[in-house]
Amino acid sequence: MSIVRGYIVPGRPHPLLAPEKSPAWQSLRNAYDEVGREIAQLDADLMLIYSTQWISIIGHQMQADPKPVWTLVDSEWHELGEMPYEFNIDAPFAQAYCKAAQARGLHARTVAYHGFPIDTGSVVALKLLNPDNRIPSGIVSCNMYADRGETLVLGKAAADAVRDSNKRVIAVAVTALSNRMFTQEIDPKEDHISSEKDDEWNRKILEILEHGRLEDVSQHARDFAAQANGDQRMKAIWWLAALMGQNNRYEGRVFDYQPIWGTGAAIVGLTPAERASGDLEFDEEDVEVYTGDRNVLSGAGTVADEGSEVETSSTEPSIDGAIHAEKAPRPVGAFPHARRVGDLLFLSGMGPRTPGTDEIPGGPVRDENGKPLDYDVEAQTRAVIANLRTVLESAGSSLNDVLDITCFLIDMKRDFPKFNAVYAETFGPIGATRTTIEVESLPTPIAVEFKVIAAARQNVS
Amino acid sequence: MSTGTIISGVLAPHPPHLVYAENAPQNEPKAECGWETLRWGYERCRKNVLAKKPDVFIVHSPHWKTVVGHHVLGIPRCDGLSVDPIFPNLFRYKYGFDVDLELAECLYDGLKAAGILTKMMRNPGFRVDYGTIASCHLINPEWNIPIVGISSNASHYYFSNEVGDEEMIALGEATRNAVEKSGRRACLLASCSLSHRHFTVESAIPEDMSQEHIYHHGQYLWDMRVLGLMREGKCAQLMAEMPDFVEQANSETKEGCLTWLMSALGVPDYPAEVHGYGSVIGTGNAVVEWDPENAKATA
Ligand SMILES: [Fe+2]
Repeated sequence: MSIVRGYIVPGRPHPLLAPEKSPAWQSLRNAYDEVGREIAQLDADLMLIYSTQWISIIGHQMQADPKPVWTLVDSEWHELGEMPYEFNIDAPFAQAYCKAAQARGLHARTVAYHGFPIDTGSVVALKLLNPDNRIPSGIVSCNMYADRGETLVLGKAAADAVRDSNKRVIAVAVTALSNRMFTQEIDPKEDHISSEKDDEWNRKILEILEHGRLEDVSQHARDFAAQANGDQRMKAIWWLAALMGQNNRYEGRVFDYQPIWGTGAAIVGLTPAERASGDLEFDEEDVEVYTGDRNVLSGAGTVADEGSEVETSSTEPSIDGAIHAEKAPRPVGAFPHARRVGDLLFLSGMGPRTPGTDEIPGGPVRDENGKPLDYDVEAQTRAVIANLRTVLESAGSSLNDVLDITCFLIDMKRDFPKFNAVYAETFGPIGATRTTIEVESLPTPIAVEFKVIAAARQNVS
Repeated sequence: MSTGTIISGVLAPHPPHLVYAENAPQNEPKAECGWETLRWGYERCRKNVLAKKPDVFIVHSPHWKTVVGHHVLGIPRCDGLSVDPIFPNLFRYKYGFDVDLELAECLYDGLKAAGILTKMMRNPGFRVDYGTIASCHLINPEWNIPIVGISSNASHYYFSNEVGDEEMIALGEATRNAVEKSGRRACLLASCSLSHRHFTVESAIPEDMSQEHIYHHGQYLWDMRVLGLMREGKCAQLMAEMPDFVEQANSETKEGCLTWLMSALGVPDYPAEVHGYGSVIGTGNAVVEWDPENAKATA
């Protein structure tokens, strides 16, 4: 249903295992406990965690063992003691999240194996924020190569799954801010942020978060990460912002900000609010679907590319009734080609692009610099109808079954007569109802798009 | 007590795929086949190494990552279940082995004396990293020889590959001194791949060898250059080129284990034996053995 609260928390084990050793760690522990009490009042159905310490390299992983039990000893901080745990994982939600991620083009899988090493960050957060396991939880990994686009899509997939689940959800990003650890022994009582510059950067983004401007921090995460060595390039913020709706409308509260072994450790709460704080400035492009272009490895024609291709061209419905037509042009956003509901088939807006190559028959309406070009609207209209036939037929329907059409033209005066003549050739005898509208532009440089509703045939599943 | 020696050094990469493909009884997932050239290479290497009857394996693993100092396994016995966090579908392995605690303490003291920040890992609940487990299994699946484990502290590489290598050279020298002092006949394992760019999705059947190939030609060229230097006994040159190798082939040796091994072996000027080379999800892996005793005998 909705995200009731978002949190940013640190994942190193010191506040859990050894708060008494350092005033800073004790202070963080107190703040952690306070947040734990706050969460207990929120009547949430799910606590969803993204931890920068759960590193994956093959896509993303979602924890789906309903009752993971283990005693964790941190590989660096083993002298601080053991962290026995037994968690209550919402496995069906993990499956749903995994499917939602795949529907947006991500490579994802669930893991449910006894002894799977749940990372220290997730364990610390769950033990302190959800001590009695009252709230079922979910954990998703942090892909070490994923950049902003992929992580935003991962956050949006979480939002899809949350929306469909009808649950009240608490989102938790487990991450340090600045992440320069002392590489020497220190006196815990003297723990401090490892550089003044990192400290200033941490304080800057905490000030923005205190104003509830999560999206602004998300927009600046790259700069922050570069300047203050942000934990895993600060990508947890991208996940959290995308999951929480990419806006600045929150009540922000900084519960605490302290050092852990030189790193910046903050506990921040974000409550969705009506009021908008300041201006929203989008410097970076938004992304809806992951298209498999994470080319960190600078090779071409790899297994990786083939894998993601299979996902985007699959005809398997991943969402109830959704139809992805293999031979139709690739959608330009996170939507299927068509969706069947009962006896009706709703098609997404269809343009003239050639499947596979994305070329526009009759030529594009403008060049890359926006300069208008001469184009052939008749060719474009014919191509639209051919694409519609492809989608309808792959859904077990046909052009003859079309009931209603909305046509969009970018230049009614110039194009209507020719469009209308081509239209009549096919649809005249079919007799679908029609509405034609002029719009300023369409998402790609095309002149015409059709939105179609058709009858679905009974014998097709 | 007689002076100890390093009787052999092995580049012993740890892809869990090799243990999976072998259907090791300790490993839960089962496979049809896969990565035979590497596995057969390991078999040959294993035969040579075990024939020399080492008292102990000392393993440096990039998957025990530490930042504050080099950590040394400091408990007498390790038992547990190792589940690979990246490939849990391939590697869920029940392990159990003894630690050569005396040598571990000796190493710890030696490192400290050399001014190298070090820590003993004394928590009995500690789970040994999957790199150590995979490499040790592949070199001695019987687990009847004790082990000393050293963490990979790559923090010195934050400054530059050269600074990182300097630290590993010091670590290698301290390791050799500790072995000599302890009187042990030790075999050293550097648990890492060579070139390390890899595919970011898995094929539907993990052991589908029609999908397995090196990630790109540049990596292959680098791997062959590195193996060529090893085979010609030009390890000083290899160490000089290591920073470029790490940079350009994204080599897993960036965690320091190969530099540590070269240094501990006294920078070999005699040929190494390459027992096998192959790719695993696109990374380059080689099983390579240095035999100092044989080198002396034939010199
Ligand atoms: Fe590795």
